[in-house]
Amino acid sequence: MKYAVRTAKVIAAALGLAAIAAPALAQQGLDEPFQKPFKESLAGKTVAYVPVAMNFDLTEGWYAGLKKELEPYGVKFEIRDPNWNTNAGAQAVTSLISEKPAVMVIHNPDVQTYAKLLQRAENEGIYVIQINMGSAYRSSAFVGANWIEIGEKDTDAVVKACQGKSNKIAIVQGALSAAASAYTLKGVENVLAKHPEIKVVSSQAADWDAAKAKAITQTVLKQNPDLCGIVGFWDGMDIGTAAAVKEAGLTGKVFVATSGGGERKGACELVKSGAFDLNLSYDVPTQAAQMAGTIKWLLSSGAKAGSIKGSEYTTLIPITKENADSQTSCWNLSDLKK
Amino acid sequence: MKRLRFNQQEIVFAVFAVLFLAFSIFLRGFLTPENMLTLLQNVAVLGILGLAMAIVVIGRGIDISLIAALAVPPGLVLQMVQNGHSLPASLFTAVLLTIAFGLVNGWLIAYAEVPSLFATLATGLLLAGLGQAALFQLDVVQWSDGMKGFERLGQGTILGIPTSIVMFAIACIVVAFLLRQTRWGAYIYAIGDNPYAARVTGIPSRPIIVLQYVVAALIGCFAGLVMAASVNSMPTRIFNSTLIYDVILVVVLGGIGLSGGRGGVLNVIIGTLLIGTMLNGMTIMDISYAGQNLVKGVVLLLAVITDSFLNPRNEETAQQGDI
Repeated sequence: MKYAVRTAKVIAAALGLAAIAAPALAQQGLDEPFQKPFKESLAGKTVAYVPVAMNFDLTEGWYAGLKKELEPYGVKFEIRDPNWNTNAGAQAVTSLISEKPAVMVIHNPDVQTYAKLLQRAENEGIYVIQINMGSAYRSSAFVGANWIEIGEKDTDAVVKACQGKSNKIAIVQGALSAAASAYTLKGVENVLAKHPEIKVVSSQAADWDAAKAKAITQTVLKQNPDLCGIVGFWDGMDIGTAAAVKEAGLTGKVFVATSGGGERKGACELVKSGAFDLNLSYDVPTQAAQMAGTIKWLLSSGAKAGSIKGSEYTTLIPITKENADSQTSCWNLSDLKK
Repeated sequence: MKRLRFNQQEIVFAVFAVLFLAFSIFLRGFLTPENMLTLLQNVAVLGILGLAMAIVVIGRGIDISLIAALAVPPGLVLQMVQNGHSLPASLFTAVLLTIAFGLVNGWLIAYAEVPSLFATLATGLLLAGLGQAALFQLDVVQWSDGMKGFERLGQGTILGIPTSIVMFAIACIVVAFLLRQTRWGAYIYAIGDNPYAARVTGIPSRPIIVLQYVVAALIGCFAGLVMAASVNSMPTRIFNSTLIYDVILVVVLGGIGLSGGRGGVLNVIIGTLLIGTMLNGMTIMDISYAGQNLVKGVVLLLAVITDSFLNPRNEETAQQGDI
């Protein structure tokens, strides 16, 4: 209500202003002084994108989103796909440094490998934006999920679901070498430290592999049929976790919490089917839009690379039965590619 | 004087028995019927792949491209159904692709005489690359509504036994029949034992080699379908995993020598059981990932060392060499 009144006031004031200014403006247009330098600062610039691999929902989504936002401004968009090979990725980054693109968008495979290289890139005047997985070097911008927060929120939900039940939970980690997995685990530990009544009966790495996650969960469920919740680290893997829960006939009894990029088939539809009870989404199109915004801002600012550093942690969308049907909770890769 | 001699199969079986006994005594919840079924269920796909590899290894070859056959044709089924094709049409296309793939493998090895290790290494990459570049939208191909009912291939139970175990059993019976009861099976052993002698005696060795790779690819595809049905998706990236080493491990550990001509379905079952028992026991004990790898490595090393002590290299292996 208050907001509406204020809006009305603003509109009234604007109309008044317009009435005064109208005679002068009616005769000639007014040049907006900043748009031309903005366009010039973007046109012909190269943005290089190095994900850990293409062909999965996150990296494809970022790619499509960035392309859509930047190409209309004449930005050249280049992609180097190391296909899960850390060495190939380091080589790609090294060769990019000598090619001097204006911006590098980097998806780190781990905390250390690219850190020195990214620092060198910014010293050479290339803006570096790191996505979802940061490195030890803090560059101009980080856009991505806060894994610790994901671990905490998922565990909070599982702990809550366990109230009055067995208090036995299981953790299905990703790959041990991946920092995203280690950070998430830290978040889980943070919550468990506050809840000594919770007993972790199993905490194992399934290597982001659905089949391994299923095998581990099956064994754990046979040993602990009274398990009340599972914290999984990625929805693409936890589809196996959920399959094991379903086969044991425990869907709805064992609370499965996980996280992912929010692609419709991998997230909303699985929540709707009851496979997951909670899926924290770091909404990939929003992340892509934030990256694009940051690129526009950096290029038009003219700031020296590495002179300013900031972070944009993604606001998570908790997908549950309540909002899984909504059009806005999830996204379709095919729509983003249009 | 009678000397006590064990072959690898017996050694591995002994290791398996010791482990199984130790787990049963010391690990609460291990020796329950439910856990036994879980144990088998978890290694069923590995076992099916082991059968495919066994056929090729008995014929003195090796098929590194097996994981590509596991990932790509079943992935294609899921992708086609997702795109609106019917399930039978998709399955038919996938089977055709698998047969074509097996034929290419077989032709390269039997007629172009490329060593099987290199031929299948290359074709595996080719098929996986084709899948990634042209067939799939995403690495993980999700289940869609059109696949409804098909998940029963890998989920649920038949007469109280989890379906994937039943599938493994069926595959075992089919392969055992092929190897032991048919003339083709006898030819495979003959070729594996001595390819030159086999050719001299008039065995159509080249077509039989092609047949091996086609059958192996088909079994691989079948394993992939069971796996996809069991996890409701096809993570095609599995091609990049170390699964192929596990498969070779099952075969070699079970006692099918890489020099060919020896072993059978029983060896695959024993190798699979050992791996399954180790994985299951360690999961129950909640041993860390690194610890699990360590234990796996030590047990395998022990089995191999014991074998080379009890069965030293002889004239024959010296001539043929191991892979």
